[in-house]
Amino acid sequence: MLTRLGPMLAIGLLTAPVAFGLAGTVLPAFGYLPALGGMEFGLAPFSMLFAEPAILMSALMSLVTGLVTAVISLTAVILFTAAWGGTRLFARIQHLISPLLSLPHAASAFALAFLIAPSGMIARLISPELTGWERPPDLLIVHDPLGLSMMAGLIVKEIPFLLLVTLAALPQVKPARTRALIASMGYGRISGFVFGLWPSIYPQIRLPVFAVIAFATSVVDVAAILGPTTPAPLAVRLVNWMNDPDLSRRFLASAGAMLQLGVTAAAILIWIGFEKLGARLRDRMACAGKRLRRDRVLRWGALAVMLASAGAIFIGLLALGLWSVAGLWQYPDLLPARFDLRNWMRVMPNLVEPLTTTLFVAFVSTLIAVAIAILCFVREDETGRPARGTLALLYLPLLVPQVAFLFGLQLLFILTDVEATLAALVFTHLVFVLPYAWLSLKDPWRAFDRRYDQIAAGLGKGPVERFFYIRLPMLARPLLAVAAIGFSVSVGLYLPTLLIGAGRLTTITTEAVALASGGNRRVIGIYAFMQMVLPAAGFAVATIVPALIFRRYRDMHV
Amino acid sequence: MGSLLRALLFSTAFLAIGAVAAAADTAKPDPANWDAVLEDARGETVYFNAWGGSQNINDYIGWAGDELNERFGVTLKHVKLEDTASAVATVVAEKAAGRDGNGTVDLIWINGENFAAMKEQGLILSPGWAEKLPNWTFVDVENKPTIRTDFTVPVEGLESPWGMAKLVFFYDTARTSVEDLPQDADGLLKWAQENPGRFSYPQPPDFIGSSFLKQVLAETIADPSLLLEPVEEERFDEVTKPLFDFLDALNPVMWRSGRAYPQNYPAMKQLLADSELDIIFAFNPAEASSAIANGELPDTVRSFTFPGGTLANTHFLTIPYNASAKAGALVAANFLMSPEAQARKQDPAIWGDPTVLALDKLNEEDRARFDAIDLGVATLRPDELGPALDEPHPSWMERIETEWKRRYGVGN
Repeated sequence: MLTRLGPMLAIGLLTAPVAFGLAGTVLPAFGYLPALGGMEFGLAPFSMLFAEPAILMSALMSLVTGLVTAVISLTAVILFTAAWGGTRLFARIQHLISPLLSLPHAASAFALAFLIAPSGMIARLISPELTGWERPPDLLIVHDPLGLSMMAGLIVKEIPFLLLVTLAALPQVKPARTRALIASMGYGRISGFVFGLWPSIYPQIRLPVFAVIAFATSVVDVAAILGPTTPAPLAVRLVNWMNDPDLSRRFLASAGAMLQLGVTAAAILIWIGFEKLGARLRDRMACAGKRLRRDRVLRWGALAVMLASAGAIFIGLLALGLWSVAGLWQYPDLLPARFDLRNWMRVMPNLVEPLTTTLFVAFVSTLIAVAIAILCFVREDETGRPARGTLALLYLPLLVPQVAFLFGLQLLFILTDVEATLAALVFTHLVFVLPYAWLSLKDPWRAFDRRYDQIAAGLGKGPVERFFYIRLPMLARPLLAVAAIGFSVSVGLYLPTLLIGAGRLTTITTEAVALASGGNRRVIGIYAFMQMVLPAAGFAVATIVPALIFRRYRDMHV
Repeated sequence: MGSLLRALLFSTAFLAIGAVAAAADTAKPDPANWDAVLEDARGETVYFNAWGGSQNINDYIGWAGDELNERFGVTLKHVKLEDTASAVATVVAEKAAGRDGNGTVDLIWINGENFAAMKEQGLILSPGWAEKLPNWTFVDVENKPTIRTDFTVPVEGLESPWGMAKLVFFYDTARTSVEDLPQDADGLLKWAQENPGRFSYPQPPDFIGSSFLKQVLAETIADPSLLLEPVEEERFDEVTKPLFDFLDALNPVMWRSGRAYPQNYPAMKQLLADSELDIIFAFNPAEASSAIANGELPDTVRSFTFPGGTLANTHFLTIPYNASAKAGALVAANFLMSPEAQARKQDPAIWGDPTVLALDKLNEEDRARFDAIDLGVATLRPDELGPALDEPHPSWMERIETEWKRRYGVGN
């Protein structure tokens, strides 16, 4: 039975690469990699690792980044949802922020860098009139040693993600009724939400929060664009060692990946401690009967944070777009002195190859991921129960730091001689695209009105016909939306592409990050612009195509 | 990197097959018989491993690829490197794996320490081939001594000259007046102290960043003749003390107080345009003119050098001993040395890299190509470039980079 394959494929895809990848990282970490002359197990790679200058500093930086990112972005989302949930303003902001979810991390990091650099858009906006800065101030903002810019870059990207998962969890707790009930007991909006709704929302978004921590502790692209350089965060240094021409460095990199695994695990453990503390604090306040009605400052503060985080990215993207067509553009001019399409003309020929790879890999991996997800759900309908443990497994590739299993996976691909092939790249992308495809298809699929099926069955249509003539067309809109999400995930993947593509298969994202070091803003602008355009084009297709298909079916209009 | 590891993983297999392959591959192309080389090269794909950090250079290589394909049926693929050392490491790994033919690197943009390393380990196509290339007749060996001596190492035809480099500084006349410009490294330090935060250098081991360290070393060392010999480890600390005293003094008055560095010289160009830096430098005298032509720098930018001399060298192309497309690589190297390709390269609107050819050896038509080039307002004339300092022995670069990383590379 074909549908039985669905869950098997999904589980295999989610666990096998992570498991084999981890094994392929652990063995060299303990000195075993016969191809490079490592025949014996030992701790030599670890002593090499801890002899590296400032390695603990790098590890600490990663740990703190993960926690700070999670704390700030989750707090912003809680406060905003609490203060404004159910209002029209909330719906508007939600529409403003949602597109940011599809923006690749690297592009938003560039946007932020173009905004906050001493010669960036903010400084240009207020200089020299307000600041007296006739020239950019000598401030270390981007690449600052504390990693604040890097954290900001992560926070602005994680806020939309956490907001979206919170919104998905919200309907199940019947927020309007609870809100009214709690308000009637005299609680302020925020305290009422935290006491009454949050305890049943949080368990549903706990895994996504863990995923945020795991990602932020081990991120490479954002860290390379915004993060400190002397020394760099742990994951950045690991990737450099991995790419070092001196192959013996691979032992070091693998040992470092183990350290990374430990750092991420420690961050999640500390977070669980935070959860306990937070819950106790909340219970104490609730039991003390605190109503906390005067939360106006906090409410407007939450709104300001949301607007600022979205606004920063939008203005930054505007700056990126401007740079891509800029001729001479000196500080403190707000706009380029000349516009020039030459940049595009020059870069265009170089764009073709990475663009083709990006589109191919994103398209194929999305197609397969959506197909597998559909098979899973069809199987679920047949058996009448969700496959066991799927949900936790879905988060596996998102919870294990990417470096920790991608190093080993790369080794595996080299051994089987498929490294840097399109097939290997599609496979690796699939590991990351599938969870998102599955998660975003879940609700629309389950919400489908089964009575259509029953009517069709009553008219004598078999399961296959029902699937192709009823289910698929009626779900065209959500399916295309899911595909657009999968597509955008694939476009944004940096580390998997870098390691498995081995520099021979490049995408827009890997090229953009590689260009970051050269500081040619015009070229970076073009690549980041492409990064932004591709997912947007995906969503445009997902909106326009159903509208065209359904133009003669009035009840299918939104 | 995968290719390296794969090379090793399959080493045993290659030892067996390699013997056969090597036998088939012994027919080395002979540049003296150029027609045969051309014949051989047709249809070959040349993997050209070259630093890929600058858009105008990448564009130029793209142009050369198109021409090679059209004229000689040779496909040129630019493998964009961040550091030339990784191409050398690839060849080293392939040799270790016994892959003596059929290598993955066909042509490398190279000079200095990397050339010295390859030559010493016998990784270059030999015997010397560069001086047998047809276009060698135009090369200015008489007046450009660095064409036959690369960082004190005799070239012996193992690499073909591609372009000339001279350390030149750039400043914006709109912000800095000519009288204030430093005349030597000490003057630069004084200038930086008077203008804190307005000078920096690319973070070593970036090639240009390391070259700046060598410039200071060459100026501050008590006995410059030591630099022509390999580093003597016992005397290293004593000999380089002035250099590191200089850097210790410079660090706190640098851009971002020395807590961050530009990644490479194109990044410094952007910082000059943003007026974050006031003095930057590059190895290409026409860099500023080129950037002005591309709208990257304002047309008020000008060049200067130190009257006492700045580092000068030649950059080259070489072919690994195990290259798959040796004939194709020879054709590419020869084409890139041709008057036509060299003239295009020297045009600041394209790249602006000075030629290795002697104009008086060219025919009228080719000379006219060079005469037609507008070197741009910001390019110094050859007689204004000042004396050339010799590059130190390659071991210095390596040793100084390590020491620099230890002192300044990991923050405080």
